[in-house]
Amino acid sequence: MGFKSITPVRHHSIIPIAPFVWQLISFALFFGMWELAGRWPISFSFPPFSKTLLALLTMIADGSLAKAYLSTLQPLIIGIVLAGILGIGFGIAMGLSRSIEWFSLPIFIVLQAAPMAAIIPLITYMYGIGILSKVLAVVVLAAPVIVMNSYKGIRNTNPSLIQMCRAFLGTKIQEVLKIVLPHAAALIFAGLRLGVAMGFIGIVIAELLITPTGIGDLITYNSSVADYPQMFAAIVSIIVVAALTIHALERLEHRLFPPEIRGLDNAG
Amino acid sequence: MPADAIVEVKQIGKVYESGVEALAGIDLALPQGRLSTLLGPSGCGKTTLLKIIAGLIPPSRGEVWVKGKKVDGPGPERAFVFQDFALLPWANVLRNVAFGLELRGLPEHERYEIARQHIAEVGLTTFESSYPHQLSGGMRQRVGLARALTVDADIILMDEPFSSVDEQTRRKFQEELLDLLRHKSKTVIFVTHSIEEAAYLSDQIFLLSPRPGTVSRIIKPNIAREGSSPDEIRRDKNYLDTVDEIWQILKRYV
Repeated sequence: MGFKSITPVRHHSIIPIAPFVWQLISFALFFGMWELAGRWPISFSFPPFSKTLLALLTMIADGSLAKAYLSTLQPLIIGIVLAGILGIGFGIAMGLSRSIEWFSLPIFIVLQAAPMAAIIPLITYMYGIGILSKVLAVVVLAAPVIVMNSYKGIRNTNPSLIQMCRAFLGTKIQEVLKIVLPHAAALIFAGLRLGVAMGFIGIVIAELLITPTGIGDLITYNSSVADYPQMFAAIVSIIVVAALTIHALERLEHRLFPPEIRGLDNAG
Repeated sequence: MPADAIVEVKQIGKVYESGVEALAGIDLALPQGRLSTLLGPSGCGKTTLLKIIAGLIPPSRGEVWVKGKKVDGPGPERAFVFQDFALLPWANVLRNVAFGLELRGLPEHERYEIARQHIAEVGLTTFESSYPHQLSGGMRQRVGLARALTVDADIILMDEPFSSVDEQTRRKFQEELLDLLRHKSKTVIFVTHSIEEAAYLSDQIFLLSPRPGTVSRIIKPNIAREGSSPDEIRRDKNYLDTVDEIWQILKRYV
């Protein structure tokens, strides 16, 4: 049987010199304008970039930032793990069972659309001002998107693959383990990444609204004593930590589930 | 019914949930070791009929009998080749080809050994560890065919397997398919909308009328394939007459 050999397609990525330079310029412009705006000054409570950076370095040096993160990350991580386990479990159950879907899909659609921050006072009222309330705040913000993504991942399984599994005598359990779950894995992971992003919002709101601890404490305390550079340094640090975490998760997602094996372009 | 019919379709009818009647009163007898084609215009229910034979879709009326047993689902004596290939995008060629055996619980080294033989048969040995997205359409369908061969079913059901493959690859593939099947006593049921493909490949062609699909004619192209080259077949008078005969019937439906 004649067969001509074809080399597999490879995508060469050229080192993106130009985009990198543009990114640097973008950052420089942003920080430059911040510096100018702070020196103008547009407001007494708005410190220039240089002072904020200095405050940040001081807080890193005296250990106050590390201490704050230690207490902020605790409820965040516990909350994300809980939201992940519950959310993925629930989303998969919803995707696999029509009755669970009927029962809970409306709830999660409402939860995903609702401004969940509004119920944080209610959580405080019910569960007090301890770590439990903060964990719950993370869970209620992170869970809906994790549930919805897992559910959609299960539901979007290529029907042709399911038919193939049945045609080759796969059992229902094999169908779930060998087709449905691998197919949904990428979307489930993307849901986790979005959940972590929501979790950061949840924990900061909780620390500002419930009791000031960790990063929330640094922000409120420094604001009350009018140490604006330190306050801004705390805000900037949480933004940077959140952005870097999400970016790292995105990179990981791309490595674990390259688009070409996700099964989104299976036909053709 | 002829005594050597391996698949018998009796009075099959299919009405979809939407109320559309796809098939009505289909009777087929498919002889063992032959290639039979279901040919008809788009929407005549030929794929539905094939999936009913495969046990993937339940009929609304009638019965399918395979090797003397009534079909109520997929079975080990039937293997399916899908129009859109239905390959696992996250698995390489070897695992995809061995997937039918994996579902049957064969140990990995055994199923890979069997799969490798069939990968060689379809000419993909060097692509064993490639992923579907790295393969062309024609190569993906070779994987689909190898997977169907791997489970060693007597009957291979092929649903427009070459429809998303370009014309040159399709011809080559058709020739190789005939060559491959000549050495195996497989019964093949082939769905296509291509008149030339049906005439070129088939021992027996069932012409289906448009919705609701019924068998409007059975044609047996009497082409001497033994010892003829593919190009000789395509110039064979019987081949050309068959193509013309089918066209005369089908053009009434267009």
